[in-house]
Amino acid sequence: MVGAVNGQGMGEDTPVSFDLKRQSVRELNQFLHGTLQGVKEVRVENPDGAHNLAVGLNGPIRVQIAGHAGYYAAGMNKDATIVVHGNAGPGVAENMMSGRVEVAGFASGGAGASARGGVLIIRGDAGLRCGISLKGADIVVGGSVGSFSAFMAQAGRMLICNDAGDGLGDSLYEAVIYVRGKIRSFGADAQIEPMTAADYEAVRELLDVGGLSHSYRDFKRVASAKTLYHWNADANQSY
Amino acid sequence: MCGIVGLLLKEKALRPRLGELMVPMLVGMTERGPDSSGMAVFTDTAAGDGRKFNLYCTQSQFDWERFEAAALESLGPTRLEIRSNHCILSTAAGPQAVREWLRKTYPAVRVLSVGRSIDLYKDVGLPAEVADRYRFADIGGTHLVGHTRMATESAVTIENAHPYTAGEDWCLVHNGSLANPGSIRRKLEKLGERFESDCDTEGACRYVHWRLGRGESLETALQHAFADFDGFFTFLMGTRDKLALVRDPFACKPAVVAETGEYVAIATEFRSLAHLPGVKHATVFEPKPAEVYSWSVQ
Amino acid sequence: MSTTDSEPTAGMLPPDPYLEESALFNRQIIRYVQRAAATGLYEIRGLGAKRNLPHFDDLVFLGASLSRYPLEGYREKCSAETILGTRHARRPVRLAMPITIAGMSFGALSANVKEALGRAATELGTSTTTGDGGMTPEERESSKTLVYQCLPSRYGFDPDDVRKADAIEVVIGQGAKPGGGGMLLGQKVSPRVAAMRTLPAGVDQRSASRHPDWTGPDDLAIKIKELREITDWQIPIYVKVGATRVFHDVKLAVHAGADVIVVDGMQGGTAATQWAFIEHIGIPTLAAVRQAVDALEDMNKKEEVQLIVSGGIRTGADVAKALALGADAVSIGQGVLLALGCNGESFVQEGRHVSATADYHKLGTAPGYCHHCQTGRCPVGVTTQDPVLEQRLEPAVGAVRVRNYLKTLNMELTMIARACGKQDVHHLEREDLAALTIEAAAMAGIPLAGTSWIPGRS
Repeated sequence: MVGAVNGQGMGEDTPVSFDLKRQSVRELNQFLHGTLQGVKEVRVENPDGAHNLAVGLNGPIRVQIAGHAGYYAAGMNKDATIVVHGNAGPGVAENMMSGRVEVAGFASGGAGASARGGVLIIRGDAGLRCGISLKGADIVVGGSVGSFSAFMAQAGRMLICNDAGDGLGDSLYEAVIYVRGKIRSFGADAQIEPMTAADYEAVRELLDVGGLSHSYRDFKRVASAKTLYHWNADANQSY
Repeated sequence: MCGIVGLLLKEKALRPRLGELMVPMLVGMTERGPDSSGMAVFTDTAAGDGRKFNLYCTQSQFDWERFEAAALESLGPTRLEIRSNHCILSTAAGPQAVREWLRKTYPAVRVLSVGRSIDLYKDVGLPAEVADRYRFADIGGTHLVGHTRMATESAVTIENAHPYTAGEDWCLVHNGSLANPGSIRRKLEKLGERFESDCDTEGACRYVHWRLGRGESLETALQHAFADFDGFFTFLMGTRDKLALVRDPFACKPAVVAETGEYVAIATEFRSLAHLPGVKHATVFEPKPAEVYSWSVQ
Repeated sequence: MSTTDSEPTAGMLPPDPYLEESALFNRQIIRYVQRAAATGLYEIRGLGAKRNLPHFDDLVFLGASLSRYPLEGYREKCSAETILGTRHARRPVRLAMPITIAGMSFGALSANVKEALGRAATELGTSTTTGDGGMTPEERESSKTLVYQCLPSRYGFDPDDVRKADAIEVVIGQGAKPGGGGMLLGQKVSPRVAAMRTLPAGVDQRSASRHPDWTGPDDLAIKIKELREITDWQIPIYVKVGATRVFHDVKLAVHAGADVIVVDGMQGGTAATQWAFIEHIGIPTLAAVRQAVDALEDMNKKEEVQLIVSGGIRTGADVAKALALGADAVSIGQGVLLALGCNGESFVQEGRHVSATADYHKLGTAPGYCHHCQTGRCPVGVTTQDPVLEQRLEPAVGAVRVRNYLKTLNMELTMIARACGKQDVHHLEREDLAALTIEAAAMAGIPLAGTSWIPGRS
């Protein structure tokens, strides 16, 4: 029998609780992968940087992680809403398909790596390689992002409310990045482009999703110059 | 590939508990480093002009008493503190004399560290076993550097475990893997450095130490390292009064810092910091790549 | 651009010819230089290393004699059953033979091929493997046991497919290009492939050579745990490496938690990569197998972690030698494509053979010499996305050919095992082998025939 630690009944709209000081991550994930019997919300106490919390979820459940998460929190998420009330380790929401993941603090490297759908919101800063290999998800960062962010980002949108580090958008395909602050340097093939009405609309939407109050006019558009689209070893020998 | 831990206690009242606070940090890094483990701690200063030599001997049932008597005879007044196959030899004799004497008389006894303040322990085995063997939990001090190892290219031996040291009161631990360790080693050997292990980290340790010996600041030395080293690395370094942390410009290997008014704690993963007192209110951050962070002991 | 190797014709020779070719600057190198000078581009091609390398041909078996007794072929059973992934998984992979089909992408290959491979594997009770780009429904439906690859690119990677897989294979590299990433040129990024990979159609696919969310075995350990958690610890996790520092890599993969390790030697194939990768990066499969087995034995994990070897496994004799050296199974890529018709002179349409030779010539090559997978113009419809060309490989025909080929290999394997006195192919051991060359003896750690000498070991 799994986790109705707070003693309240299951099948009602009451949150189920897991205390990782006494229960294992395996029990948590096994429960979350199960039939859930009408449980709508699960709370995880004392996560203390444990890895692989709420990975591979596959349905519209809400998970509140009451503290810091380790690697791959909400990895490969589908449909669920997962909130980390603390910081997240590397690869938060990696390869997410749909749903919503929120990090109250900062996110370590590779946040949203290869994410294909859904939205990842990071209220603090994101580390290096935020949105690396992005494949269609939205990433909203309230703070700054580290170097090599949006590396090889293929599709999707990133909204960065503060600054970006070095090598932003190296090898971009069709993903678009909106940056409000300074960009330390661009990656290969990334460039600033004029904002269109559609871009302003997208920024408004992303600000709304993140509950952020910046003006949509403050953002610049970064996209691919598309010079790497056909294999040309003359250009910089990197491919 | 490994786990790194570091702890510097600002709060003097906590200093007797340095080892006790560190052991769970080290054990938390077991999965990253199951092969071997070690720590370098900066603790009681050797008396007068003397130094501490941290030694170990892998011969089972080594006769430390006879060793002590021989040391007394050859080196002058000495004090020995023994834990398992490790001992701290305190003496006024200089490093050259001590090494020479050991080489001639006790070649099976190896020097782990030399300094006025540093003590260094490292051994093969799970972190919890190593911590237990040397009773890390009993050790006090101002700051330490610890490591758990998953061997990449060199064998699992004590020599290949971290921390590494060079000269006196200097140590380095490393998470990552250097891609040109052969060249770094050969360059340093030409400059007269003698290597004791096959591990790429020894090269990094001796390289930085060599640059510091030329009068370069740590920041300058590490700037050179960014140009001279290939590979991925997070280095945590210790001197008599400082801990310093740096990640390479690609920063693929993680590191987390938690700082309060009482301590600065560093680990490869947050979960090694989660048990520390007051960590819920600590400033927690990740070091930026290619920037040297350092903290001094007051 | 023409890639013809031209033979000197009578009209081009001087009278009374004396022609001395340089071994160093031979015609192949002359062509290499001319090509580089003309284009300023490195050459990209398919398949694996073509040059002569120490390989399983340099080992032979010591069949039964007066001191060992053979088993009768018709009465006495020789088992080929193989179980992979016993270390942690609740549902290890159970195969009827130790011969699996290697990871090859839909994109590199056509959907028809993927279906043919699945059908053949299912009939024989073995497994197929997805490749870069994700899992196709054809593949999952036709193949009873499907290994799902997780690659640096993560193209098409989908947790729904993770949940449908029979095993996950975390790919760190492959023998054809250790240190390189996947490659698919624009002409093969068809609308369907593009949609699966979230790429614009017709655009050259750029390749990531590292995984996006982990670097190093310490972080791989956590990634493997993530995959286990997502699959509720049901299925095995394989780790695949291209053969370079095999001894260290196998140990690290074991430390990181791998259930099965796949080691792919430099002879392993690809559909497209730079020539320099194929011929000059990676070590031969022969050396790699031995290093992998030594690593597992050194850690005392040989019973717990299984080893699959690939890279130029072609015949039942190769399979038997790989097993004798200590592999638990082999994986075949190029051989299977040859079975389908790669480098064959014709293809089959509705029961009739149709000559493909003219189409090889159009590519500047000929049957038996072709390595032009990267063009997408495969004359026999195997490594193509072209809707016309892909019809040249009919799944039913392909399935029969692959089934026959693998069945033959398995028969050869059991025959060799019986001849060495074994009732189970997994009882073949290194003492059943002798080496024919010094290099093979040194690399495989097997004594030179007629001696007890192993260079470097005895």
